[in-house]
Amino acid sequence: MERKEWPLWEVFIRGRNGLDHKHCGSLHAPDERLALQNARDVYTRRQEGVSIWVVRADHIVASDPDAKAELFDPAADKIYRHPTFFKLPQDVDHM
Amino acid sequence: MNAHFEYLLRIGDSTLILGQRLAEWCGHGPALEEDIALANIALDLVGQSRLILTHAGAVEGQGRDEDQLAFLRAEHQFRNATLVELPNGDFGHTMLKSFLFCTFLRELWAALERSTDAGLAAIAAKSSKEARYHVEHAGDWVIRLGDGTAESHGRMQRSLDDLWSYTTELFAANPTDEAVRHSGIGVGWSSLQPGWEVAVGRVLNEATLVVPAPSAFLSRGKFGVHSEHMGHLLAEMQYLQRAYPGATW
Repeated sequence: MERKEWPLWEVFIRGRNGLDHKHCGSLHAPDERLALQNARDVYTRRQEGVSIWVVRADHIVASDPDAKAELFDPAADKIYRHPTFFKLPQDVDHM
Repeated sequence: MNAHFEYLLRIGDSTLILGQRLAEWCGHGPALEEDIALANIALDLVGQSRLILTHAGAVEGQGRDEDQLAFLRAEHQFRNATLVELPNGDFGHTMLKSFLFCTFLRELWAALERSTDAGLAAIAAKSSKEARYHVEHAGDWVIRLGDGTAESHGRMQRSLDDLWSYTTELFAANPTDEAVRHSGIGVGWSSLQPGWEVAVGRVLNEATLVVPAPSAFLSRGKFGVHSEHMGHLLAEMQYLQRAYPGATW
């Protein structure tokens, strides 16, 4: 008999209305409907959320961990990209 | 036995025994995610029982609480439908049994939200939401396994053939139902049959399963006459309170 493992799904939960969905973990499920149900059962048992997204893990395109040097290191010395040189009015000082 | 009390026992005992059966899957689910789902649903059902049995104890007026009703009654004093005490079988069998009964519960809770017994109406409103999810979860599995491989389809059809005749009991008319219907406390379970048949038929059809022909067999769990499986279930469920009366931790 052919054996197929269930695919992996990444789970994103919105904690409250107005917040964004945050990645909270992953699970296995045979299809998208049961992935949503499993996410509900595994990740929202203690009122963690009001909305769930599930995405097949293999549908997520990820950056290459080995490419960190060329992707992210060059931003380290570009301090002028941070808008920290503008004088702000007192009331909004801590933007 | 007072009809109001008896009616509540039929509900609270059925959710308790189904919860006990589903809890047997804890640690044995086909996948971690499904294991948690089954335990969640089992605990929802036990939670519904706690509310109903506590309420039933108050209605009875003999000072019995939920624990005394759950753990210190004998087999013939339980009023659950026979369907829920049947052994779990394989995962598909459990899902089908759960689907058949949870669909019934969903219809029942929805109707009881209009009960003249305010306590019962409040429990029904809370339980209604849980039941809708239980039906969805079990129903999705029935569809996937029924309309799955030749192996899963064959097993699901055999399970349906085994379980179907136990659903007749749910809708059998009786004097208790008649009494609570008259007082507005409850609905006669027979009135839920058309809605149940439509909802169940839709899923079974999608699952490519064939509803068996009606049979004359009538199980009688809700009248206190149980199958040979009930004693074993109670022995396990009640062991602790029987061996150590009043134990708490």
